[in-house]
Amino acid sequence: MTLPLFRHNRANRVVTFDEYREEGGFEGLKKAFTGMSPAEVQQTVIDSGLRGRGGAGFPTGRKWSFVPRDLPGPRWLICNCDEMEPGTYKDRVLLEHNPYSLIEGMTLACYALGVRHAFIFIRKGYEKAAANLACGIDEAKQAGLLGEKILGTEHSIELDLHLSAGRYICGEETALINALEGKRPNPRQKPPFPAVKGLWQGPTVVNNVETLANIPAIVANGAAWFKGLALNPEGAGSKLFCVSGSVKNRACVELPIGSTLEAVLDACGGMREGRKFKACIPGGASTQFLKPEHMKLPMDYDTVAKAGSRLGSGGVIVFDESHCLIEATLNLITFFARESCGWCTPCREGLPFVREILTRIENGRGVEDDIAILREHVKYLNYSFCALAPGAMAPLEGLLRDFEDEVREHIVKKKCPLK
Amino acid sequence: MIPESLKKTLEARVASAITAREAAVDVMKELQAHYGWLTDEAVGEAASLLGLSPLQVEELATFYEMIYRRPVGKKVIHVCDSISCWCVDCEGIIEHLKKKLGVGLGETTADGMFTLLPCCCMGMCGDGPAMSVGDVPYGKLTPELVDEILEMERQKA
Ligand SMILES: Cc1cc2nc3c(=O)[nH]c(=O)nc-3n(C[C@H](O)[C@H](O)[C@H](O)COP(=O)(O)O)c2cc1C
Ligand code: SF4
Ligand code: FES
Repeated sequence: MTLPLFRHNRANRVVTFDEYREEGGFEGLKKAFTGMSPAEVQQTVIDSGLRGRGGAGFPTGRKWSFVPRDLPGPRWLICNCDEMEPGTYKDRVLLEHNPYSLIEGMTLACYALGVRHAFIFIRKGYEKAAANLACGIDEAKQAGLLGEKILGTEHSIELDLHLSAGRYICGEETALINALEGKRPNPRQKPPFPAVKGLWQGPTVVNNVETLANIPAIVANGAAWFKGLALNPEGAGSKLFCVSGSVKNRACVELPIGSTLEAVLDACGGMREGRKFKACIPGGASTQFLKPEHMKLPMDYDTVAKAGSRLGSGGVIVFDESHCLIEATLNLITFFARESCGWCTPCREGLPFVREILTRIENGRGVEDDIAILREHVKYLNYSFCALAPGAMAPLEGLLRDFEDEVREHIVKKKCPLK
Repeated sequence: MIPESLKKTLEARVASAITAREAAVDVMKELQAHYGWLTDEAVGEAASLLGLSPLQVEELATFYEMIYRRPVGKKVIHVCDSISCWCVDCEGIIEHLKKKLGVGLGETTADGMFTLLPCCCMGMCGDGPAMSVGDVPYGKLTPELVDEILEMERQKA
C-alpha cells in the first residue's frame, strides 16, 4: 500500500506542482470544497484516528472539536515547524521534498475549522523549506486552490510564513503564539487552551507539519483507508521516523504505524559496522530509553507508552556499546538547561543543578547520594510552568530506571568506565 | 543610520503585518543583516519602526539564538553540539575548529572573519556532525572537510 507522506518524493529535488497534481494531489481539496461540509471534513479526521505528530500524540480531530463553533471574530490555524527537538528532522525532509501536502492539508484544516488566515511558523535554518513553501503557496494561489474564492466557492483562505530566529521553546504552542505576536516567547498559562483563547485572544489550533500533511490523503481516501495503513489495531496511518546515531544509513523513513523498532532500524541498514545496539531514544530528546529487549515493540503511541517511553516526534537516536549513557544524558540536560526560557524556578535553577551533578558523576567525582538527589529532581521538575522541564527529565528518569548500574559504576570506580 | 530604501522596505513590512510588533523578528533580522549585528542604534531604530520601547526590543533580541547583540565576525559559525551530533563525535569537530581558527567558543578570529558559536540541534541530525557558516548548512563534517569549507568561505567573503 502506498503511504501518504513520501509518495510524491523525488530522489534529490522537490516535486513540482504539476507532478503533485498528476499523482492525485489536491484531489482531497477538490472533494471537500465541492462536496463535503466543514463538519464532515472534521468528522473524517476524527474517524481516521490521526494523532498529533509534534510530540504529544493528541488526537487531531478531537483538538479541532474544542474550537467553539459559534464565537464571533477571527480564528486561527498555526502550523508548527519549529522542529528544534534534538534528533528530529522529519519536517525538514518532508518540506524539502514536497511543500504541497502541507499547503493542501492546511487549506483543508482551515475549511474544517472556519479559519480564513493561517500561519506556518518556521525555525531558523529551514530557509530551503521556507522557499519551497513560498513558491508552493504562489502556485496554489494561481491555480485557484488557495487565496480568494477557492475553486470558485465563497471560501477565501490566506496562508502566511513566519520565519523565526531560533529557540527551542518557540515550539511549545503557547510560546509559539507569543512569538508570532512579536512578544517574548515565554509560554502562557493554560487554561485557557489555545483552542479557546490563542493568537490575539482568538480560538487557535496549533498542529505539527506532519500532522497537517496527512490531511489531504485522509480526506481523499477516507478515514477507514488511513486507519488500515497501520499494522496494529491501536494505530492509524504512517509515521516519519528520522533516525540518527549509530545506524548504517541515517535517514528519515516513512513506515506504517505499528512497525517494530527492529523494522525502523532495518530500514536504515541496521547498526553501523562493528557496533552493537545498546539503547535508543525513540521520539526525540524528551523521551525515555528503549533497550535491546524492545526490538519487537510495535511503534505506535499506546504501545510505546506502555513500554515506558513515548513515540514523541519519531526522532530515533541510536546508541551503541561505545556510548556512555551518563554522558549522553548530560548532553541532553545541557541542551535543555540552555534552552530553558527562564520563566519558572524549577526549570531555570533545577536543570543547571542536575547538569552539575551529572558532570560530577561522569568525571568520577560522584557520590552514592547523588542518585537519590537526581531521583528527587525528576519529581521536582514536574512542578514547572510548561512541558520543557518534565520533557528534560524523561531521559534522566530512564537512565536511573534502566541503567542505574552504569551510573553506580561511575561512582564506585571514580571514573567513566568507557574512558 | 539606515539607508532610506531599507527604511521604506521595513516600513512596508510593518504595515503589512496584522499588528506592528508581529514583524519584530523580520525587522531585527534585516537590521542585523545591514549592520552585521544588532547594534544599540539598530535596537532604537527597530523600536521606532515597531512602535515599541527599546527595552521591549531588547527583550526580544536577547531571546533569540540568531540575533547577535554583540559584535560578531563577518561570518558566524554555528556548530551543533546536541545529542545526534554528539553520537558521531561533534566534540572532535569542535576541537578542530577551535584549533584551526585559534579561538575559543564565543570568540572571533583576529582577522574578524569568523565567530565560533556552539548551537542546538540544527535539524540535520541525519547528516551530523553539522555546522552552518552564515546561512549555509554543512553536514557529515570531517576535519579535512572543515578545512576546505573554511578556505572556501574565506575566499567567498
Ligand atoms: C518545549 C517544547 C517544544 C516543542 N517543540 C515542538 C516543535 O518543534 N514542533 C511541534 O510540532 N511541536 C512541538 N511541541 C509540541 C507543541 O506544543 C504542540 O503540542 C504541537 O505542535 C501540537 O501539534 P500536533 O497536535 O499536531 O502534534 C513542543 C512542546 C514543548 C513543550
Ligand atoms: S519549564 Fe522551563 S521553558 Fe517552561 S516556562 Fe518554565 S523556565 Fe520556561
Ligand atoms: S543533533 Fe546536531 S543537527 Fe540535530
